[in-house]
Amino acid sequence: MTPLLKKAEQIGNALICGAEIAREGLCLFGETLYWIFAGPFRGKALDGKAISRQMVFMGCESIWIIFFVTFFTGIVLAMQSAQQLSKMGGTIYVASLVTISLCRELGPVLCALVMAGRIGASITAEIGSMKVNEQIEALETMGINPVRYLVVPKFLALLLMLPVLTILGDAAGMLGGYMIGVYNLKINAGLYVQTAFKFLTTKDVYTGLSKSVIFSIIITMVGVYQGLKTSGGAVGVGRATTISVVVSFIMIILADCVVTGIYYFVKM
Amino acid sequence: MENANDIILSVRQIQKSYQGRRVLDNVSFDVRRGEVFVILGGSGCGKSTMLRIMAGGVEPTGGQILFNGQDMSAVKGEAREKIRRRFGMSFQSAALLDFLNVEDNVSLPIQEHTKLDPHIISIMAQTKLNLVGLQGFEKLFPSELSGGMRKRAGLARAIAMDPEIVFYDEPTAGLDPVVCAVVDRLIVDLTKKLQITSIVVTHNMESVFRIADRVAMLYQGRLLQVGTADEIRNSKDPIVQQFIRGDIEGPIQVG
Repeated sequence: MTPLLKKAEQIGNALICGAEIAREGLCLFGETLYWIFAGPFRGKALDGKAISRQMVFMGCESIWIIFFVTFFTGIVLAMQSAQQLSKMGGTIYVASLVTISLCRELGPVLCALVMAGRIGASITAEIGSMKVNEQIEALETMGINPVRYLVVPKFLALLLMLPVLTILGDAAGMLGGYMIGVYNLKINAGLYVQTAFKFLTTKDVYTGLSKSVIFSIIITMVGVYQGLKTSGGAVGVGRATTISVVVSFIMIILADCVVTGIYYFVKM
Repeated sequence: MENANDIILSVRQIQKSYQGRRVLDNVSFDVRRGEVFVILGGSGCGKSTMLRIMAGGVEPTGGQILFNGQDMSAVKGEAREKIRRRFGMSFQSAALLDFLNVEDNVSLPIQEHTKLDPHIISIMAQTKLNLVGLQGFEKLFPSELSGGMRKRAGLARAIAMDPEIVFYDEPTAGLDPVVCAVVDRLIVDLTKKLQITSIVVTHNMESVFRIADRVAMLYQGRLLQVGTADEIRNSKDPIVQQFIRGDIEGPIQVG
């Protein structure tokens, strides 16, 4: 076989493998939606207790890390933009620049990346350990669907909590920008707030929030998929967790690009 | 001639291959109602796969499993799940859910498949825990239990739904001899008291002769012999004899 043919075969195999993973991932997503919408009609109501437990773990326990990351990003953003804008005498526009970049882009993306590291990794490690320790098989043997019992509460909890955390993150970032604007750039506090919201439109807010909804689906589905695919003991769990975080990061950035493109090119 | 009603599970010419490698090759035997049936064999002989096929967790490549005369492969979806709920399974690692305490682990199948009041479910779970001698440990988490206690808790969960058959995958693996004997006694007691059928996979010879009514020995994916514990003990087959004695020299090739 010529090297060129060999290369073509490798590319072909990689494409088939990628298509198979995408198919399995979509099936998992479809099954999750099935249990959310059809489950209650089949006598399998959503487990409110499990969902709220996950919401506390994913949401409440992530507040500080989200605050930390976005607050300092707001500060950095304000300082960087002030440097440039001051040259043109537009220092006051630091306020709107920080607010709009956070709401449209940085808030949702940063929160999603933090949550992919914190929650995506934890989902994969938990489900992966359950897989290698026969707990997933035990659930199936008891006639309990693992997607309904394990995945649905996680999926719904992150779907609800990531947009909430994003709003908090946006607010924390704006606070960071406000600190620089008011205490360092000496902009009048009232004027800063007024300018910050002057150019902010509803579209900026829902663009950001719609992104965080999509990111939450990516984080949960990638985490669960990698967890359920885990094999090979503790090493396998470690490998699956790494893959989960890396794939989530890449997919978040790609999805961000696609969604931003849609809002940019399609007038809504 | 055996009465067909005496046979609860019938294994007919089961074959199983993984990626072209044959793990089980035309295995056939019957399990009688109310007996402790042991599947014996060395590591990698296909006995755990056999157990999972019998429990309906793994699809065979060929052959049939008849449960009370009904072909399980012909039953799909909800009906198959209903049949599987009549089985209980005790796993090698106990497979208790780490985030639930012992009582919640045992309650889980009852909670999921019945609409009983939580108070009643709790009483039912405690009754099962009493049967395996774990009263007083209800609120502990799996990580706080010893290996033997975890196995017993797994056993309590396996019998939670009053199954007709309980499958045990290496129930005494990793336990000290005394705890092994306790678990063995428990298997025999539960089989008699609850009038269930127990199908046990193990390679622990002491356990086999302590608990087994009948034994099937697998070797390299094929059925070597089926018989009572005494018939296996007195078997003339050199492979069976080498396995029972644990000799290094003999026809069994260690890969």
